Amino acid sequence: MDDFLPQLLQQLFNGLSLGAIYALIAIGYTMVYGIIGMINFAHGDIYMIGAYVGLVTLSAIGTQGGVPIWLVIGLMLVVAAVITGVYGFVVEQVAYKPVRSSPRLVALISAIGMSIFLQNWVALGQGARDMAVPQLLPGALQFGGGNGGFEIFIPYTRILIIVVAVVLMVLLTLYIRHSRMGRASRACAQDMHMANLLGINTHRVISFTFILGAVLAAVGGVLIALAVGKLNPFIGFLAGIKAFTAAVLGGIGSIPGAMLGGVLLGVAETLAAAYISSEYKDIVAFTLLVLILLVRPTGLLGKPEVEKV
Amino acid sequence: MAAPTSSRDALRSSLGSALIAAVLTALVTVPIFGLHLERAGMRTVIVPQWSTVAWACALVFAVQLLRPWLARAFAGMPRLQRPQLPAATPRQRQGLLLAALLIAVSWPFFAGRNAVDIATLAMIYVMLGLGLNIVVGFAGLLDLGFVGFYAVGAYTYALLFHWAGWSFWEALPLAGAVAACFGFVLGFPVLRLRGDYLAIVTLGFGEIIRLLLINLTSFTGGPDGISGIPKPTVLGLPLTRSPTTEGGTTFHQFFGLEFQSLHMVIALYLMALTLALVTLWISSRLIRMPIGRAWEALREDEIASRSLGLHPMKIKLSAFTLGAMFAGLGGAFFAARQGIVNPESFTFIESALILAIVVLGGMGSQLGVIVAAIVLTVLPELAREFSEYRMLIFGLVMILMMVWRPQGLLPMQRPHLEVGP
Amino acid sequence: MTQALLEVEALSMRFGGLLAVDAVGFALQPREVFAIIGPNGAGKTTVFNCISGFYQPSSGRIALAGASIAGLGSHQVARRGVVRTFQNVRLFKAMTALENLLVAQHRQMRASFLAGLFNTPGYRRAEQQALDNALHWLDYMGLRAYANRPAGNLPYGHQRRLEIARCMITRPQVLMLDEPAAGLNPQEKKDLQRMIDALRREHDVAVLLIEHDMGLVMGVSERILVMEYGKPIATGTPEAIRRDERVIKAYLGEA
Repeated sequence: MDDFLPQLLQQLFNGLSLGAIYALIAIGYTMVYGIIGMINFAHGDIYMIGAYVGLVTLSAIGTQGGVPIWLVIGLMLVVAAVITGVYGFVVEQVAYKPVRSSPRLVALISAIGMSIFLQNWVALGQGARDMAVPQLLPGALQFGGGNGGFEIFIPYTRILIIVVAVVLMVLLTLYIRHSRMGRASRACAQDMHMANLLGINTHRVISFTFILGAVLAAVGGVLIALAVGKLNPFIGFLAGIKAFTAAVLGGIGSIPGAMLGGVLLGVAETLAAAYISSEYKDIVAFTLLVLILLVRPTGLLGKPEVEKV
Repeated sequence: MAAPTSSRDALRSSLGSALIAAVLTALVTVPIFGLHLERAGMRTVIVPQWSTVAWACALVFAVQLLRPWLARAFAGMPRLQRPQLPAATPRQRQGLLLAALLIAVSWPFFAGRNAVDIATLAMIYVMLGLGLNIVVGFAGLLDLGFVGFYAVGAYTYALLFHWAGWSFWEALPLAGAVAACFGFVLGFPVLRLRGDYLAIVTLGFGEIIRLLLINLTSFTGGPDGISGIPKPTVLGLPLTRSPTTEGGTTFHQFFGLEFQSLHMVIALYLMALTLALVTLWISSRLIRMPIGRAWEALREDEIASRSLGLHPMKIKLSAFTLGAMFAGLGGAFFAARQGIVNPESFTFIESALILAIVVLGGMGSQLGVIVAAIVLTVLPELAREFSEYRMLIFGLVMILMMVWRPQGLLPMQRPHLEVGP
Repeated sequence: MTQALLEVEALSMRFGGLLAVDAVGFALQPREVFAIIGPNGAGKTTVFNCISGFYQPSSGRIALAGASIAGLGSHQVARRGVVRTFQNVRLFKAMTALENLLVAQHRQMRASFLAGLFNTPGYRRAEQQALDNALHWLDYMGLRAYANRPAGNLPYGHQRRLEIARCMITRPQVLMLDEPAAGLNPQEKKDLQRMIDALRREHDVAVLLIEHDMGLVMGVSERILVMEYGKPIATGTPEAIRRDERVIKAYLGEA
């Protein structure tokens, strides 16, 4: 019983860092859905590409050669953000823009096709098997452990995840609230047609939304690759679905909702894995998704809609 | 965009966009194809390979540069006419169908083993495609978890064999029924969700089923699955070299024929063909029945349907359950043909593939679905050298079809009930 | 006193902070034509939506032949015999006029699933019956020539008639028409007036009408309810309403 509290704290921390990753990816889903009402099925694979670009950057710089670790990580993040941002832009132009006015199913199929394409694109280019990621930040903070009790183990990589995620989310919130592009995004999310009539370049706003979502997902990808130590071209699928669950949980279309949903899902999944069963932890996300959509489809921070007849 | 005022302006503007496109291509291609990650002992190193990148950039540059001229050239050509099936009288149509049926039944006796085997697989996908067509094409429900019902059907037969020794024909109806039950139970809570959400939730269900199959090891055999599943018998007699039970007879022994393993292959094909034909018949009837009209009405305008007393839930559930049933039947047959089932055969990609068959064939169009199922099964077999690129091309084809021809290969021409003056 | 066919009492509908309908009440007698009029935004269609089950009213009582229908879903209300048309005609545009009328009979098709699958004589009889009903209504509305045409391709006036036919083929007790004259030319409006009158006499149906065209309203209604800003301000016969000061002030600037 002595161990219960430290163990719980450990799991909460793990859940928080996992949730931070989900939040970073979920923001991309929620922004795109809020603005063009479509689920970007390929978003999870964008996250995967971010991880790969980070690894390529890391391997290009090399761990020998005396470059300070923080610089290496910084470069990984920046390069991944830029390249993945380009990916986000191109994906939108190729697979989504041409079908923007088509029925829902057409856009969904196109998105699924793009997702399959990206997974195999990377699999062809870099191999389908697991790829190891060097440990850049070994070590952890350790608490407790006195009297042979449970020792709380907080890896530096996980702390990095939380710190970077929080910083980015704060920056994002400020940007959306105060910048011109942020205002334009909010206007488009509320009423695209009207925004268009008012002279806002909606194409540019949409592209911006995709790029921004991709950048955040890329950061998440790089960070998780550093923390977990390996990646493969198919990690995007599961992560994507879970992040989408987080976005719905928080209220689709709401950026604070995506953050909240991400954290909640991360914590719920980690606790379920620790205290119920680790094999079924993936089912937690799916079950949560179904429950949310049945009980409160607008999510925790969303507003209930009334159907117009 | 304003039309360029002169040819030089046109060249300059397309040159600009071509350069940008090439740069974007470079940025996108370099990290994945240009800088190849390879293991050198314990470390991961970069091996630059610039040829792919160079080719990709050059191609994109050329296409973007020539785009306005290519567009004009294509506009000048006559529009590619949708293949119009010649109007046939009912008599002629019946004759055509009969001829097609005769060919379908007899050709395997003259063909090689491999071809018949592929054809059997194609028939399974025809069946699955027609089943999903009811859900997606007729009723307009976005179902991304169809593979789950497929798995349920397969595992029902496998488990009935493993735990109770049932044979294929005994298990087949139950497989369909169990899958239909799953469809009913899973459909009940989720069918009132909006399109996109329904898609993701059904995807989730498909994944949950797969995860359960992997983890309930003591019941389902876990990741290894269940093996040794017997093939279907013909007239109660197994098509094997020697009897399966003590003192029993085989099909060949009974009829005094010489055993050839090819016969099982042909028999499987004929069974698959039968199942596919039954599915086609049921599906054709459904669309002409009141329920088919109700599906279309609900798909077009749910509010108007409700205002006429149509029960949206019941109508959607009927489509969802029927689709699940066909998936279950197909799954049982799949299990019989393969001899083993494991969760790896039932991933999301299968759902995506069957959905692609329905959408690329022309949603709602049964003929389109049949053609698409055959094409998507046979083509990868013919293009064996490209097997590495198969999934990549598949994804690309999905995108291109949606962008260029979303209505599918043979868009649906629904049979309208017509009256004279 | 005979019980009213449709009774609405203290009906209110609130959307968040907005009270769209405030304590509206009226009683519809069998075979009566009752009109609800009022300026745009008065809440008339909201009342329709509450009665027909598309909205769940915040409070109030709605009873059909004495039985409460408030809170029922839209398809359940329709099954009880209350059907409606929509402001923007909601036909199944890709289906033919004939098929629109066949679908509307869906509830009445008694043939079982298996009967349909095997095309039994019983099933074929049921289909023929439905077909005959549909043709009857097409003739009644003068739309027989358009039977095989997709409903979306019909001229506007014909679409409106088809929508009404589609309602009538369900053999309703109450027919609710939401601005049926919108977009019709004067001749079509006269025909509509005659049709409404004929329908209630020949088919034993009560008609609830939302309409802006005063000529039509005064010509066909027996009683009128006037609404403004969600509140009822007067109920009475056309003559009484025409002279009512409150109504004149709110609405009938020119009659």
